[in-house]
Amino acid sequence: MQEITGLMVKRAKELLEAGEVQRVIGWTTGDFCYDVTPAVFTKAEDLEEGKFVYNSFCGSNLSKYLIQTLRNDINAVNTAKAMAARKGENPDDIPGPGKTLVFLKPCDTYSFNQLLTEHRIDKSLVYVIGVACRGMADIEKIKLMGASGITKVIDAGDKLEVKTIYGDKSFDKKDVLLEKCACCKGKEHKYADEVIDPEPLPEGEGKGPMDRMAGVTMLEEMTAEERYAFWNDQLSRCIKCYACRNACPACTCMKCVFDNPRSGVDSKANVTEFEEKMYHIIRAFHVAGRCTDCGECSRVCPQGIPLHLLNRKFIKDINEFYGDYQAGEAEGQRAPLVNFDAENDVEPSIVNEKGGN
Amino acid sequence: MQRIGVFVCWCGSNIAATVDVDRVVEAVKTDPNVVHAENYQYMCSEAGQKLIRDAITEHQLTGIVVCSCSPRMHEQTFRKTAEAAGLNQYMVEIANIREQCSWIHKDKDEGTEKAIILARAAIAKVCLNAPLQPGQSKVVKRALIIGGGIAGIQSAIDIADAGYKVDIVERTPTIGGKMAQLDKTFPTLDCASCIVTPKMVECAQHPNITIYAYSEVEEVKGFVGNFNVKIRKKARYVDETKCTGCAVCTEKCPSRKGRNEFNCGLDTRGAVYIPFAQAIPNVATIDATNCLHFKTGKCGICAKNCSANAIDFEQKDEIFEEQYGAIVVATGYQISDVTKFDEYQYTKHPDVVTSLELERLMNAAGPSKGVLVKPSDGKHPHDIVFIQCVGSRDISGRGKCYCSKICCMYTAKHAMLIREKYPDVNVHVFYIDVRTPGKNFDEFYRRAVEQYNVDYIKGMVGKVYENEKGGLTVQAVDLISNERVMLDTDMVVLAAAIEPSDGVKHIASMLTASIDTNNFLTEAHPKLRPVESPTAGVFLSGVCQGPKDIPETVSQAGAAAVKVVGLLAKDYLVTNPCTAHTDETMCNGCSSCERVCPYGAISYIDKEVMDKGVREVRRIAQVNGALCQGCGACTVACPSGAMDLKGFSNKQIMAEVDAICK
Repeated sequence: MQEITGLMVKRAKELLEAGEVQRVIGWTTGDFCYDVTPAVFTKAEDLEEGKFVYNSFCGSNLSKYLIQTLRNDINAVNTAKAMAARKGENPDDIPGPGKTLVFLKPCDTYSFNQLLTEHRIDKSLVYVIGVACRGMADIEKIKLMGASGITKVIDAGDKLEVKTIYGDKSFDKKDVLLEKCACCKGKEHKYADEVIDPEPLPEGEGKGPMDRMAGVTMLEEMTAEERYAFWNDQLSRCIKCYACRNACPACTCMKCVFDNPRSGVDSKANVTEFEEKMYHIIRAFHVAGRCTDCGECSRVCPQGIPLHLLNRKFIKDINEFYGDYQAGEAEGQRAPLVNFDAENDVEPSIVNEKGGN
Repeated sequence: MQRIGVFVCWCGSNIAATVDVDRVVEAVKTDPNVVHAENYQYMCSEAGQKLIRDAITEHQLTGIVVCSCSPRMHEQTFRKTAEAAGLNQYMVEIANIREQCSWIHKDKDEGTEKAIILARAAIAKVCLNAPLQPGQSKVVKRALIIGGGIAGIQSAIDIADAGYKVDIVERTPTIGGKMAQLDKTFPTLDCASCIVTPKMVECAQHPNITIYAYSEVEEVKGFVGNFNVKIRKKARYVDETKCTGCAVCTEKCPSRKGRNEFNCGLDTRGAVYIPFAQAIPNVATIDATNCLHFKTGKCGICAKNCSANAIDFEQKDEIFEEQYGAIVVATGYQISDVTKFDEYQYTKHPDVVTSLELERLMNAAGPSKGVLVKPSDGKHPHDIVFIQCVGSRDISGRGKCYCSKICCMYTAKHAMLIREKYPDVNVHVFYIDVRTPGKNFDEFYRRAVEQYNVDYIKGMVGKVYENEKGGLTVQAVDLISNERVMLDTDMVVLAAAIEPSDGVKHIASMLTASIDTNNFLTEAHPKLRPVESPTAGVFLSGVCQGPKDIPETVSQAGAAAVKVVGLLAKDYLVTNPCTAHTDETMCNGCSSCERVCPYGAISYIDKEVMDKGVREVRRIAQVNGALCQGCGACTVACPSGAMDLKGFSNKQIMAEVDAICK
């Protein structure tokens, strides 16, 4: 991790200093060593190690941050141009927004492709560096396994050395992986201008140890009553903080229906206990077929609700009904749920199919 | 506050027998928006419509709900009624309490309860209706006919005679279709060529008709009154403008291995060929797969012998675009695959033929010059067995579930013609039923039995096999005597099922015209709109819509032509105002709507949008109102709800759902 972080910083500095990119979206450390958050760096000197980090807690998916970053930059340039024109200066003298460098883990590149497909970001304004990832750690699991008062976490190959005020602990990394990493889709970047991977894995290796659909199968095997009880229990904990929506790279609407008073489902006090479920059900439908299964919703949920199960049920159904489909596999895909295909979608006569009855 | 009137129709006893109409009226009166409600025996009658008109005036209604039959039936009627009383016609909602309620319920309480719920949903919707104004679109006064068989020819001539330009696109080198291949036609036994070739000539000579033979429709865009069609003229490698049809090249061509499609493959033809002597256009075509020039780069004998200098090996497919106001689909049929019924030995024995092949064997212009011979040895047969319903009315899953309709009659025709010409030949016909409705049809069949002594045996053939004498043995059961039948015969003729031409699915997709599970095109209404497709501006002619014989095909072709003429006679069409539109501040430009739109009505522009004080350029969806058919697929695909449909807004639909769930 030390080695790759050094390479990332070096490359980012080079690109910033050469003027190839104007800003860098990466990760920075928070109050604790494990609460790493996304950050935008605009100066090479800010990219000191310690400020810019890449460690086992960089689970967050940076692709979504591109949308607002690019939008702000373009709007700033347009405002500057309008101001220049008002002053009688030549607006064409105002420089363009330039490129933004973003570091993406393999799973994040699926979201990046999906955003390209949906025209949410302009590829020409982005420089993507794919960074190797061997799975990210879940701090909640580490805490549950008895570590408290954590002061420092050191990556040591397959182990995490955790220093706490009560002494040192060591964990097998595979035991504390984030859910999304335990079900990792693979270590290949689906989009990148360049890749930083000092020790590449052999092709095909690196998939997560867990069966991605095991949870969905478990739910499918329940009776309807059991399943209702399961979700009732899980979703009753929802505090409607909207963290899942805000982190989700598929939730990128200009105006989310939950913020729109005209939609009829916008945020309001719950009239019945069903309304908090309704939020999650609507959201799952809205991202159906577009969700790349990046797992951010479950990772960011402060209440630990397994929201990924809703999305994976849709993924499983789509795969079963329309053939295997992975959203974000490539740019410009035509997802089965939103694809009118003139050759096969001609409406068959229902009357005839049912034998005329 | 809206002022809504509710009108409940009895539909005679259709509704009133299962729905308590008085209770429905009382129930809807409790809705605060409803100021008037009444019921009447036949709301669609003039007296019923007058009730509505009077109520609109008297109660100053702002919207009306008619609880009656399906909106497909009378929505237009009641819209006109409202309009006549000065109300915008889009302030009318229909609650279907007949097809979706009274007809499917037996219990009156249940039916009534459901009728009340449906009425409440319609009231909830109409309260949110807004007056809409239909627009206008120009009509291009030109028709396209896809398929140049008798159906296409007849439609073309009728439209052209009415004074409109018509283009026929035919994928084979000549028009004429299957009818040109037939020998005689039932029930009058007049020669098929004698009646179809003059029509072909009429097409070719008509100043309003252009024939694009050996061409295919490549792409269809646009909408009723204004279709934009790309047509591919396939390379014939012969310059049509120079070729005189002298046929010297076809005689000189040294490659003789081409399957003669016109003779159903019973003989071969040269690589350069004219399908038959009366072909229209009468020009040669080079079949590149068999041509020695294309295979080896040598030969070129046709070019050397062509006095008109018409051979052009460099010719390329040509694609051109044309605008049409209406499109007639007349793609016809093909003989279904009989290889699945190989208990009849079709693939194994040359003397087992399909009826169309027999048609060529008996045709004076056919491979045997009209002399009936066995394909195996060219000798005269003494006994012929016809097997009916090969692949038709099939329950084994190998064939078609439907009756091909024409087989009973053409088999009677074949049997009669053979007995007439060769009285020494015994003819047996195995049938499930003999179906002969039609003018002079049953008389025709009876003549075959009574006058010509054709041996009709009720029962299906179990198998056909080659016997030790080299002939065929037919094993069957006679259902009337309940005995097994073993017949030695010389030839077996299979009345194979007919099915829509193989390209029809592709054409239907391009036209967004619906087809049924058998690939027949669906009509807009089986009884009242039989020659129209549900897609506006697309009409159906001939067997592409369902099995039919020549007289029926010609009548339907004429009917389709009248519908086309009715459309082309208008200068402008009223457009449906119930189209989709985008809320610019909510659109993400994500392309979901564009990807689901079956009509290609959505495109994107980069547009400056002012949203919450921020001015920015966004990718925004734009709906072409003329192309949009109001199907609503986009409104469902849109994640943010930016896309909405006039007359069926998300809010209106949700209000209906809420009313039903209350």
